[in-house]
Amino acid sequence: MAKVDAVTGWRNLEIGCAITEPGSSRKLRTGDWRSQRPVIDRDKCIKCGLCWIYCPDMVYSPTRSGYFKWNENYCKGCGICAHECPKDAIAMVMEGE
Amino acid sequence: MPRKVGIEVSLAASEAACAADVDVIAAYPVTPQTHIVEHLSELVADGELDAEFIPVESEHSAMSACIGAAAAGARTFTATSAPGLALMHEILFIAPSLRTPIVMVVANRALSGPISIWNDHSDIMAERDCGWIQTFAENGQEVFDLIIHAFRVAEDPEVLLPVIVNMDGFTLSHVIEPIELLSASEVSQYLKPYKPQMVLDPKAPITMGPVGVPEVYTEARQQAESVLNGSKKVIVKAWKEFAKQYGRSYKPIETYRTKGAEVILMTMGSVTETAMTAVDRMREKGIPVGLMRFRLWRPFPLEEFRRAVKGIKTLAVVDRAISFGAQGGPVCSKVKSALYGAPDQPQVFGFISGLGGRDITVAMFEEMVKKAIRYAEKGKGPMYELIGVRER
Repeated sequence: MAKVDAVTGWRNLEIGCAITEPGSSRKLRTGDWRSQRPVIDRDKCIKCGLCWIYCPDMVYSPTRSGYFKWNENYCKGCGICAHECPKDAIAMVMEGE
Repeated sequence: MPRKVGIEVSLAASEAACAADVDVIAAYPVTPQTHIVEHLSELVADGELDAEFIPVESEHSAMSACIGAAAAGARTFTATSAPGLALMHEILFIAPSLRTPIVMVVANRALSGPISIWNDHSDIMAERDCGWIQTFAENGQEVFDLIIHAFRVAEDPEVLLPVIVNMDGFTLSHVIEPIELLSASEVSQYLKPYKPQMVLDPKAPITMGPVGVPEVYTEARQQAESVLNGSKKVIVKAWKEFAKQYGRSYKPIETYRTKGAEVILMTMGSVTETAMTAVDRMREKGIPVGLMRFRLWRPFPLEEFRRAVKGIKTLAVVDRAISFGAQGGPVCSKVKSALYGAPDQPQVFGFISGLGGRDITVAMFEEMVKKAIRYAEKGKGPMYELIGVRER
């Protein structure tokens, strides 16, 4: 994952390393900084949306079913969602496990 | 027609920026500032120059404002000196990285301590590796001309780098000289309007100065290094065209009486005129000495330097700053590294002098040359020494 899209040879860099495409930071997948990922237990989830509200990286988004889905490309694994969840429905699991 | 007037060199520098029709001047207006921006603020206030004058609260902010202005497509000028330049240090590296073609005049002065406001090169030598093109003027006319040249080079689409024009503090900045001033219309024949390649514009948003993650930073630095080295051909070409336009010719390295010379004095800046007198006197006595002066310091004119010293037996390199703990001055160290691997290398001896406003006299230049000749005959001498230090 990660920054493959942003990597280029020095001759192809814009003048002064400028970024000429607005919004291109979406391509910079920063999720590989993460050492832990949140795992959601939908049996415990009450769809309160606190994970969605508290996430500093806007990684959670609501779904039609009322649950919240998680985007692995940008989650840094900070664990705020797990800490704030009133039902302990989110567990932080080491990547690779 | 160009007009020759008696004018303080600092004011001539402002007249050059005015003739270049700058759009923005951002500068800290209090000491260590010279009359350069003082006069520019008058020119703007009097309506003689249509530009924004931004008086900021520090040189750190001055350079930041200059970068912003240049990024928005403005022709940008500033000036500073010694501690002001040091306060810009952090931002100095950003200007070439963002490829913002700012022109700055630095009135070279000593860095404290002990507290000194007088002339030497310790301020600029601390910034020699910041990625700017750097030239050194010998006299007031050259200050004026190098500023015009600096805009032309800086704004060249192949370059887009900031330029520092160095002039000696006080010995140039506060001295009245006869200088041929060019008018804005005369300059406009040589210096076309600035056409920026990248502009901050809300209608077509781009990002300048983003984070350079480890995957990008090295490539960005390679770009900056490659462009700075490549700028030399543009610099030389722009000087040639300056000569065609205005009749005054400039080269990366200036030589004086080097024909038949065995030993060469190497200098930078205004002390060169005193050194010329010393060379004349020694030549009268039959000493085969000549003189070379670096006008272009960054990018270092490696090929020109090696060509110039071909066949020379001895170099006496004059530094006006100490590289503390490096066993020499920055110019001498660079000269030595530039010679490494070259065939028939001359012997190089470093002389540090003229620190903190102390004059380098004709006799002191003669002492350096005589010492260099003596060391070369013996085949050994000190790597460097301070000239004119009182021992007791």
